[in-house]
Amino acid sequence: MKIVVIGNGMVGHKFCEKITQKLGTNTARIVIFGEETLPAYDRVHLSEYFAGKTAEDLSLAPASWYASQNITLHLGDPVHIIDRAQKTVTSLKGITESYDFLVMATGSAAFVPNIAGTDKKGVFIYRTIEDLELMKDYAPRATRGAVIGGGLLGLEAAKALLDLGITRTSVIEFAPRLMPRQIDDKGSFVLQSKLQSLGLEVLTGKNTSGILGEDTITGLQFSDGTALDADMLVISAGIKPRDELAAACGLETGPRGGIVVNDQLQTSDPSIYAVGECALYNGMIYGLVAPGYEMAEVAASHIIDAAASQKSFTGFDMSTKLKLIGVDVASFGNPFTAPDQSHSIVMEDSISGIYQRINISQDGKYLLGGILIGNADAYNMLLQTCKNNIVLPPNPADVLLGPRNGAASAGAGVDALPDDAVICSCESITKAAICQAVEAGNETLDAVKKCTKAGTCCGGCTPMVKDLITATMKAQGKYIRNVVCEHFDYSRQELLDLIKVKSLRSFDEALDHYGHGEGCEVCKPVISSILASLWNDMILAKGNDTAQDSNDRYLANIQKGGTYSVVPRIPGGEITPDKLIVIGTIAKEYNLYTKITGGQRIDMFGAHLGDLPAIWEALIEAGFESGHAYGKALRTVKSCVGSTWCRFGLHDSVSYAIRIEERYRGLRAPHKIKSAVSGCIRECAEAQSKDFGIIATEKGWNLYVCGNGGSKPQHALLLAQDLDSETCIRYIDRFLMFYIKTADPLTRTATWLNKLEGGIDYLRNVVVNDSLGIAESLEAEMQFLVDNYKCEWKEVVDSPELRKKFSHFINAPEEKDPTVKFETLREQKKAADWK
Amino acid sequence: MSTISSTAITWFFACKTTDVPQNGGVCIKYKDEQIALFYFSRSNSWYATQNLCPHRRQMALSRGMTGTHQGEPKVACPFHKKTFSLADGRCLSDEHECSLTVYPVRLEDDRVYIGIQAGVEADVQVTVEAL
Repeated sequence: MKIVVIGNGMVGHKFCEKITQKLGTNTARIVIFGEETLPAYDRVHLSEYFAGKTAEDLSLAPASWYASQNITLHLGDPVHIIDRAQKTVTSLKGITESYDFLVMATGSAAFVPNIAGTDKKGVFIYRTIEDLELMKDYAPRATRGAVIGGGLLGLEAAKALLDLGITRTSVIEFAPRLMPRQIDDKGSFVLQSKLQSLGLEVLTGKNTSGILGEDTITGLQFSDGTALDADMLVISAGIKPRDELAAACGLETGPRGGIVVNDQLQTSDPSIYAVGECALYNGMIYGLVAPGYEMAEVAASHIIDAAASQKSFTGFDMSTKLKLIGVDVASFGNPFTAPDQSHSIVMEDSISGIYQRINISQDGKYLLGGILIGNADAYNMLLQTCKNNIVLPPNPADVLLGPRNGAASAGAGVDALPDDAVICSCESITKAAICQAVEAGNETLDAVKKCTKAGTCCGGCTPMVKDLITATMKAQGKYIRNVVCEHFDYSRQELLDLIKVKSLRSFDEALDHYGHGEGCEVCKPVISSILASLWNDMILAKGNDTAQDSNDRYLANIQKGGTYSVVPRIPGGEITPDKLIVIGTIAKEYNLYTKITGGQRIDMFGAHLGDLPAIWEALIEAGFESGHAYGKALRTVKSCVGSTWCRFGLHDSVSYAIRIEERYRGLRAPHKIKSAVSGCIRECAEAQSKDFGIIATEKGWNLYVCGNGGSKPQHALLLAQDLDSETCIRYIDRFLMFYIKTADPLTRTATWLNKLEGGIDYLRNVVVNDSLGIAESLEAEMQFLVDNYKCEWKEVVDSPELRKKFSHFINAPEEKDPTVKFETLREQKKAADWK
Repeated sequence: MSTISSTAITWFFACKTTDVPQNGGVCIKYKDEQIALFYFSRSNSWYATQNLCPHRRQMALSRGMTGTHQGEPKVACPFHKKTFSLADGRCLSDEHECSLTVYPVRLEDDRVYIGIQAGVEADVQVTVEAL
C-alpha cells in the first residue's frame, strides 16, 4: 500500500502518527509533501514563539522521527498537480509519486478581506512561523500596531504584537463585539473592558475601507469616515480552506470553500481523503485542532481496513478554553441557549473582570453549556458535567459559586465522571483509559502521558489527569507519599532529618543508609543540596562532585554550545572602578561576552571549561569570590542607592544589602534565593518580588517574604514591620532555615508558602512568635552555616587535584572542545544557534 | 592478552581507570571523535557512548549525571535532562529522540580500552553530516 499525504501541519502529522500505529504487521510506503520548510509544528501555541519559544520547541517531531518510521518527507515542495486517472501527484519541484490512497491535509490560509492596499509594506498575515519571522523583523521599526479581526486569531495576533514590544496596539472588529461566534454580548463586554485595562485598544463595529500610506502603511481608513494611525497591521480575520488543488482536479468543494467529505472523510473520489481545516463536513469547517485529530484517526482507520473500521466522524464538540493576553476565555456545549429553552445562571464581577454563564435544562437537572471569562478554572469539570449529562446538585448555582452557608462540597470532582468521559479531547482519551494506565502501574503524570498520550497536545487537561492519578491510587488504598524518586522512599524533609541525625556527609553514605540502586539525576542534586544546607562542606570534596547537578559540578552555568558563564559576587551591586577594570581585562583576555544581569552583577559568557580555573584565579587575585549563580543557592541581594546619595532615602540600603549578601552567600537551599533592600517606600530595588525583601521605613525595616518574579510572578507578603537591623536578620535566619528544612525539592519560597497550611499567618507565628519553639535552633543552624562559609572557587584554584577536573578531554587536557562555535553580534560574540 | 585488536573491533587506549571519577563521566578524544566514558563504582561497570546529545546536538553527555532507571544504567544530558540508556543508547525520556551510539569497554589492569567497530568511524562522520 502506498499513501501520499499532502500537507505537514498538525493534522497531517497526526494522520502519520495514527497510520503508523495502526499498521501492525501491514506495511505501507508513506510520502509527505509539505509547503513549509519546517516539519510539522504546534500552531496552537504559535504566539509563544514571541514569548521566547523557538521553532524547535514548537516542533511536533524531529525530522529523524519520520526517518525512523520510514516516511519520506519532502518539505518546501508543495504538490501542484493531482492526476486522479493515473493516481499520481506531481510537486512543484517536479517529483512525481503514485498513490493508492491520497490524504489532503492542506489546512487553511488566512482570509484577507477585499480592502485596497493590503500589499503595502508593514501589512502582515498571521498564520505560519514564516509570517511570524517577517513580523519579528519588522516590529522594531513600528510603534503603533493594529489588528483586523476581533476573534480568537485576531486576539492571538494582538498578543503577538504586544510581545513584540508594540505597546500601543488596537484591535478592529467588524461586528459590534469581540469573539461574536464564541461568547455572548455581556461576555464580550467584560472581555473588552478587561483587555482595555491591560492596555489594548478595542474598536468594534468598524469596517475598514482602505489602508493609508504610499508604499508603506501609515494608517487605516474606516467606512464611517474616521481613521487610525498605524505603522504595522496584522490581518487575522478568519481562515479560508486550502481547496484550490482539490478543485483543480475536479473534487467536489463547497460554495464558500472546503473539500466536501463523508463520514469516513472520503472526498468525492473514494481513494482521496481530506482531513483538518481543508475538509468541509456537513456544511462546516472545523477550525480547531481536536476535531482535526479526530478526523485523522477516522481516516487512518478507514484506509487500513475500510470494512473493519467502525469509526466515523459525526461532527465535533467545539468547546474551547484559551488564555488570550492573560485573560481566560472559555465556551462549552451550547453557549447561546434562548430563554424559552433553558435557564441561565450568570455571575458578573466587573471589579475583577469575571463573567460566568451556565445554561441549564428547564427541569434544572442538566448543564447545556456556558461561557467563562476572566476565570475558567471550572472549565474542565463543567465541560465534563455537560458532555456526560451528569445530574446537577439541587442548587445548580453551586457548580459556579461553590457550596455556601457551610454546606459540604457540591461537585464530587473527578470521581463523579463516568468511565467513558473524554478527559483529553485532543487525543480522545477517556477517564477509563487513564485510570487503567494508573492501575497498570503508571503512577506519575509523565508515565501516564507516555502510556496514553493524554495531555500531550494542548495540555489543558493536565490538572484533571493529575487528579485522576491521585484518585485512582487512593481508591487502590495506596498511601500517596511525596517521595524523592525510585531510589529513596522518603520526602526531602524526611531525608534532611535522617541525614542530620546520622551525620552523613556524602551522597554515597546517604544512598547506603537510606536508598537503593545507583541514584539518578533527581535524587543526586536533592541529597547534595541537603548536605550543603546541613554542613556547608566544599561541594566537590568527598567524591560528591559527580553527585552535583552538572552546573554545580563545574561551578559555572553551562550555556548553548557547551561553554560556561562566570559570575563573580558583587554584593549589593556595589563595585569599585578598579574591580570593573579587572572584569573588563579578564573578559578581553579570554574573549568573553559581557552582560549586566538582572541581579546587579556582571555575567561573562563563553568560557571554555578548561579556562575556568585560570579565569577564577585572576578574579580571586583581584578580591572577587564566587557568585553562586550556578547553584540553587543565595544569588544576589539587589539594592537601590539609598540614603548615601538619594534625596528620598531613609536608610543606607546598600550597606545593609552588602551585610545581608555577605551573611548568606553560598547558602544552598531547595531552590535559588533572591533578595533586595530598598531605602524607601518608592521601592526601587523591587524587594517585593524577591524571596525575601526589605524596605526602609521611618522607624526601621519592613520584611517581606515569599515573592517571586519569573513565570508565575507573586508579590511578597509582609512578615514583620519596623524592625531594627539585628532583629530583621534574626527573622531572616529563622525564615530561611525553616524553608530549607521543610520545602520540597526545586520549590521556590512562593510555591512553598502557597502549599504551607495556614499560609503567611502560620509562617509569621513560627518565625516571629516562635510558636514551634524552634527559633533558637534555627538561628544556631544558620550561624553554623555562616561560620563555615568558604569561597568554593578559591578552594578549587588552590588545589591542583580539583583543577584537573576542569578539562574537556581527559586524554588531551590542554585541548579545548573543537566543536564550540561562536558568531558575532554587536561587536561581541554569541553562541552558535541550536542545530 | 597481549594484542589489543580482534577481527571486527579495534580497541584503543582511552585513559587510566583512576582518571575517571566514580559514578560520573569523562570525555575521551579519539581521532576526530568525542566519546563519553562512564564508571559506575558500585557495580564496577564501564560504559561508553557518543559524547554528542542528539537532542540539541551538544557535546555534553560526559558532563551529565549518571544513575539508574529500574536497574538500567543511564545518563542525563546537562542541557535539557533528556536521559539515555547506557546499555543500548536509546532515549528513555522521549521515544521520538534518536539513540546514542554505544561502544564496548574493556579493562586491562588499570588501563581502559574502548572498542570501535571497523568502518563505524566513517559511518559516524557521515551520519553527523546528514543530520
